[in-house]
Amino acid sequence: MSDVPVQARPELHDTILYLDGVSVSFDGFKALNDLSFYVEVGELRAVIGPNGAGKTTMMDVVTGRTRPDRGQVEFNGGIDLTQLDEAAIANLGIGRKFQKPTVFEEHTVFDNLELALAGTRGVFGSLFARLGAASRERIDGVLETTALISHRDRRAGDLSHGQKQWLEIGMLLMQDPELLLVDEPAAGMTDEETEQTAALLTRIAGSRSVVVVEHDMAFVRGLGCRVTVLHEGAVLAEGTLDAVQHDARVVEVYLGR
Amino acid sequence: MGVRSVLVDLLAGNRGGQILLAVLLAAVVVVPISNLLLPADSVLHVPTYVVSLMGKYLTFALLALSVDLIWGYAGVLSLGHGAFFALGGYAMGMYMMRQIGDRGVYGHPELPDFMVFLDWKELPWYWQGFDWFPFAMVMALVVPGALALVFGWFAFRSRVTGVYLSIITQAMTFALMLAFFRNDMGFGGNNGLTDFKELLGFNLQADGTRVALFCASAAAVALGYLLGRFIVRSRAGRVLVAVRDAETRVRFLGYRVEHYKLFVFVLSAMLAGLAGALYVPQVGIINPSEFAPAASIEIVVWVAVGGRGSLYGAVLGAILVNYAKTVFTGVLPDMWLFVLGGLFIAVTLFLPKGIVGTVPVFKRAGVRWRRRPGRARSPESAP
Repeated sequence: MSDVPVQARPELHDTILYLDGVSVSFDGFKALNDLSFYVEVGELRAVIGPNGAGKTTMMDVVTGRTRPDRGQVEFNGGIDLTQLDEAAIANLGIGRKFQKPTVFEEHTVFDNLELALAGTRGVFGSLFARLGAASRERIDGVLETTALISHRDRRAGDLSHGQKQWLEIGMLLMQDPELLLVDEPAAGMTDEETEQTAALLTRIAGSRSVVVVEHDMAFVRGLGCRVTVLHEGAVLAEGTLDAVQHDARVVEVYLGR
Repeated sequence: MGVRSVLVDLLAGNRGGQILLAVLLAAVVVVPISNLLLPADSVLHVPTYVVSLMGKYLTFALLALSVDLIWGYAGVLSLGHGAFFALGGYAMGMYMMRQIGDRGVYGHPELPDFMVFLDWKELPWYWQGFDWFPFAMVMALVVPGALALVFGWFAFRSRVTGVYLSIITQAMTFALMLAFFRNDMGFGGNNGLTDFKELLGFNLQADGTRVALFCASAAAVALGYLLGRFIVRSRAGRVLVAVRDAETRVRFLGYRVEHYKLFVFVLSAMLAGLAGALYVPQVGIINPSEFAPAASIEIVVWVAVGGRGSLYGAVLGAILVNYAKTVFTGVLPDMWLFVLGGLFIAVTLFLPKGIVGTVPVFKRAGVRWRRRPGRARSPESAP
């Protein structure tokens, strides 16, 4: 993978994402229990936790898929996300990558990225949309970044598992989001692919904020960022990976099982 | 861009579409000559009943095209498109009823026979305007479109998908069938609308009118095809396929999936309405049986046979299945439903991409067979 032009990390301590007292329950099961969590502008953050800790539900709440029963969810200085649907939130600049790679299998790699390209989203606009030279260049740039340039015209369904993961990350980059939520990007990847993915995400962070949910400890170590441990729908611990790994409560619920 | 460059753009590298349009064009030239100019005893003379039969197939082809747009591309399995087709047909039927004037059995100067029979005194408000052809044609498009808009708005906004959506589309067409069966709805009840005499002043029984209707149907299929092709080749068309394959992903990219579905659903309903409007004068009757749930399912079988997700495949499927229906209902009338059911099962199991999607597979298999070691003298099989 080639280099992404990385802007200098801004010395800002603004929060891009702010969750306060968020609770969600499904048929009495508390998926999120008074969760408070925030992410700074340009930060790369890993979220870990055992199954059922509420990691995916948290992403669902942020991206508008699930409405919280209680609590505040704000983006970029006070935009209330709880009132918006998925499309509106995506257009505000929040991108999401699913755990299972989700690309448009019948389309070519290029077309997948074209559909993700920030811009026209309305029906009539896209009926008459034409791809300009600048957009083509941007798509090719992302194809380089994600090492998919030689697969440009292949059907996305024919890519390997790891390539699909990168294509999906590439689609997020095309959306040009300010905040990326990435669910288990290394799942099912070879060691080498895992390393490359960690490097890719590290490069992306800085110019934008990234939240990564992951099970793979080696991968989280590779990210070298702040770690949040979720447990039973709330934050259990937060800090560097070494610090949380030595936290007695974390050891008890997560590592010491 | 001129019309010509648009045409070239839509047909470039699209062998199936080129063939379809060439065949339609040839039919529009050959059929009128053969029917109107050649003597009836000529071998090349096409009898008028065959012209109308082919015209009917073409309206079914347009109907299949409309279902393919919503099902094959957007992945929304509508099992209620017969309703849009029938509504378009009723609009045309109402116009032709008004054309009868005082020549009905009861000789009433204004009211159609069935209204006289029901002892109605004046034309209901919703029949007003249907004596004017342009109005009736606009209604043939607007009424199905409006129904699709209202139905789709609620269904897609509530995110009803998959089999649930299919079931409520069946319920929609069934409800309309029951409503149209009622005499006091004012659409002729059980018998529907029939005994038409003229269309735009032309005698419906005349050969020339029949040929003109055939040509209009061929033109409608061609235009429907080009419109569909324009949509599926645009970025909006790629969004539709994306919705079909990974709806959630499309939402998280910031597209309003329900808007895309609604757009193509309404457009598809209008095409179905146009098909119905062309169908009715060629068969001479429209009645509530067109709303029957089974009729809508049959359309889906045509599309599946031809090739879902291929516009010319839908046209091919509609024509082939309906030709088979004509043959079978002539030879073994009781067997047709079994043949249709068997066909659907066979296509689902063995030809999931329909005829159009299977031809390339055979071609590739043929190439492999010709190149298999020990048979071919081709250089790559030499040891």
